[in-house]
Amino acid sequence: MSTVVLLTLTGLGLGALYFLVASGLSLIFGLMDVLNFAHGALMSIGAYGTWWAASGQLPGAGFGGAGFVLAVVFGTTVGTLAAILLELTVIRPLYTRPREQILATVGVGLAVPALLSAIWGADARPFPGPHALSGTFGLLGAEVPLNRLVLIAAALVVLVALKLFLGRTRHGLVVRAGVEDRAMVTALGIDVRKAFTLVFAIGGAAAALGGAIGGLYFGSVDPEQGTSLLIFAFVVVVMGGMGSLTGAALASVAVGLVQQFANYYTSAGLGDLAVVALLAALLLVRPRGLTGRLA
Amino acid sequence: MTTATQPRGETRTADHPLAPHTGPLRRAARWWPAPLLVVLFIAPYSALPLPGLLDGPIGSPGNLQLLALCLVFGALATGYDLLLGRTGLLSFGHALYFAAGTYVTNTVMLEAGLPFALAALLGLLAGVALSAALGAVSLRVSGIGFSMVTLAFAQAGSILVQRDPGGVTGGEEGRAAPADKVPAAFVGIDHTANLYWIALAYLVVVLLVVHWAVRSPTGRVWEGIKENERRVEVLGLRPYGFKLIAFVLAGALAALGGIVYLLLTGGATPQTTTSDFTLSLLVMVVLGGSGTRWGPLAGGILYTWADHRLGDLANSGAVADLPAVLRVPLSQPLFLLGALFVAVIYLLPGGMARLPARLRAARTTTARKETTRS
Repeated sequence: MSTVVLLTLTGLGLGALYFLVASGLSLIFGLMDVLNFAHGALMSIGAYGTWWAASGQLPGAGFGGAGFVLAVVFGTTVGTLAAILLELTVIRPLYTRPREQILATVGVGLAVPALLSAIWGADARPFPGPHALSGTFGLLGAEVPLNRLVLIAAALVVLVALKLFLGRTRHGLVVRAGVEDRAMVTALGIDVRKAFTLVFAIGGAAAALGGAIGGLYFGSVDPEQGTSLLIFAFVVVVMGGMGSLTGAALASVAVGLVQQFANYYTSAGLGDLAVVALLAALLLVRPRGLTGRLA
Repeated sequence: MTTATQPRGETRTADHPLAPHTGPLRRAARWWPAPLLVVLFIAPYSALPLPGLLDGPIGSPGNLQLLALCLVFGALATGYDLLLGRTGLLSFGHALYFAAGTYVTNTVMLEAGLPFALAALLGLLAGVALSAALGAVSLRVSGIGFSMVTLAFAQAGSILVQRDPGGVTGGEEGRAAPADKVPAAFVGIDHTANLYWIALAYLVVVLLVVHWAVRSPTGRVWEGIKENERRVEVLGLRPYGFKLIAFVLAGALAALGGIVYLLLTGGATPQTTTSDFTLSLLVMVVLGGSGTRWGPLAGGILYTWADHRLGDLANSGAVADLPAVLRVPLSQPLFLLGALFVAVIYLLPGGMARLPARLRAARTTTARKETTRS
């Protein structure tokens, strides 16, 4: 029983991490038809920004208490700025060439991790995290690390905030309408392109936040972390139905749980294969993903 | 690289001034790949140095190895373009079929002890079967979803290889090919010329197959799918089957390339299974110009050559003396590649293959401006 509880919470924590990356990816794709291959790089930027700030470079920030919160805010801000910069300088000039937009993000996705490893080395850097979050708590006889809860809470906050933003605000309305039918929104006299930068900033912020607290989960940061997570985020986006936030949330929970349980009960590494097998099975049954959205 | 472009440039300048082509000359100009092929064929006998491009004479084993790699990757990019440039499918899992050729051939030789020819046949069949099965699933989603699904499959394959199930793949180190199973003519530094010719033969096979396939009725449908898939459906054709044919054909060519690569490098390494490998193929195709006959080949050759030479540049003294702001990014070949890729997308739409046409267009516009001014 205790193993099941531990595996479930760890799977949910991993799923939360996937959701933080996939939510932005899904929104960006739904609105702009851009598959952002640099999203993993944004996550790495968030992780390195937090690590850099927390390891004493930013006054007031550190690996403990309020200093860590400041470091996470700093990392998320840097990631958001990087996302805005990416949209303005790389994506915007290529609005008329959708295929090239994707290829350009591929180039950025190659260059940024290489740059990170050029500056801070290719090896993983330890990410200690605050003392209050490094402990465990007892639940139904299981000793669960606290950082799983932090991840789940962060993902829930992001999910609720995004839902509120999309459902209750005017900008959210434009984004939702744009995901549904971009041409019609433009025809009604609303410049959807203004929403593009906004969506990129939101997606970048979520991914950078994922990178910042993902460091707690992994205990270290390395340049390739974001890129390897990105592939599972893609799986989540496809399974959830592209452009759907609820679908992404459901799919990330499913992927995280399947991966953890398969990794534990079969040999290590089969969890990743099980996720891909799950994807193949889902595509054979429902080619449009869980929520039935158009791919 | 200069050997590759020189004859081409000569024919261009030779036939350009005679704008209304005379019959025999035009027919002769169409055969320009033939002398180029002869030049490539006799390259191992050449002791000509190409300063700046290669270290030492062309015929030295090290240079022949590099040239052979260039040819193999040029051919691989040409095969990959069957999907990207001819059918409009953006696959991120091409490395998987390449690695299937390499790994299955190598593993069959090592574990079952079969001779090379039989193992290579099995490797090719494995590539075909794998691309047919996975293509059938991933083509159920269209557009960018297809890209993501192929990426996920390739990643699964890469993880499987690196986990080393039962010790057959060799994990992160890979496994060397058994010297006693591979024909003696393909082993050792003395026989590099033979390997070079194998690579050249593979390139010719790929070029012929792609040329023939694109000209066939199926190739016409591919072009239609690339331009407008809905319209092909309206005409009463099912794009799914045609796309699957393109996918399997490209997968088979990649598996064949994997077998050649196994001979060339003498082993199977997990680097060939990663998504970075597929991305490098993508960079080659875009660099050269996708959807053209010679663009992917030129892009593959240039990329492979640059990849080897950029490594030397990154370690050279000229870079080490630079200030840290410049030195740190320049010491990372992947950073240079990513930046180069973005630059090509912006500055060179259509790749190198479009370059002559663009230059000509620029020249005519400036010439016209001058005439209007005078």
